[in-house]
Amino acid sequence: MIPLNWYLILGAVLFLLGVLGFFIKRNIIALLLSVEIMLNAVNLTFVAFSSHNGQINGQIFVFFVLVVAAAEAAVGLALVIAMFRNRETLNVDRSNLLKW
Amino acid sequence: MIELLFLLFAAVAVGAAINVLVQKHVLYSSLSLIVLLTAISGLFVLMQAEFLAVINVIVYAGAIMVLFVFVIMLLNLPSDEDGADRLRWLKLAGIPMGLFLLFMVVRTLWNVQSAPAAPELAGTAQAIGASLFTDYLLPFELTSLLILIALMGAVVFAKKDL
Repeated sequence: MIPLNWYLILGAVLFLLGVLGFFIKRNIIALLLSVEIMLNAVNLTFVAFSSHNGQINGQIFVFFVLVVAAAEAAVGLALVIAMFRNRETLNVDRSNLLKW
Repeated sequence: MIELLFLLFAAVAVGAAINVLVQKHVLYSSLSLIVLLTAISGLFVLMQAEFLAVINVIVYAGAIMVLFVFVIMLLNLPSDEDGADRLRWLKLAGIPMGLFLLFMVVRTLWNVQSAPAAPELAGTAQAIGASLFTDYLLPFELTSLLILIALMGAVVFAKKDL
């Protein structure tokens, strides 16, 4: 039986890697991929608590996270296509019309 | 044995996550993310969440990542992202602070005294379905609304004359 701490630490490490990717990458698709890493880290933590406490609720939450991730990927990628069509680049630093 | 499997899956997951960050081309990043998802599914199996493991592979690695790869191929991206106009010292300052945050989080979680483990719970499709269609019926129905909105939003955003 693996202690709960190990799963929590792995989840935290993966989440921090996702945050790091979100900060250092400039390609908008890479940012979406970093968000997916963070969602998976949270899923791992949910399932770890669910399995440790013997309650199914955490796994239901993971189910909903999956649904939201699918919706987010669909809308996000549609926005990526629209952005590429309008600006010919995916660099988020180039989309600075609202900046001064 | 099970500890060895955990360490194997954890090493694969962390390695794949790092590879997502260091790859220059976003196509290789997304392929590496599929490896990460597979490792996470292996960890789900270790925690007796078989249904979620299967769903993770089918929905995440099978549908969402295919959508990502499809869009990357469709746009025919230039391989190098130009990050030169980004301030260099931000990266130099961010990495030590990130490592410090990682150290603090790991140290805190290492000292957590968890409650004794409850009896084993099998996350089968039967158990999840029974809970999903009784206690979580309203969120489940609202999910269909969310997917409908996302579907229409995606179609509208990707239209040619936005």
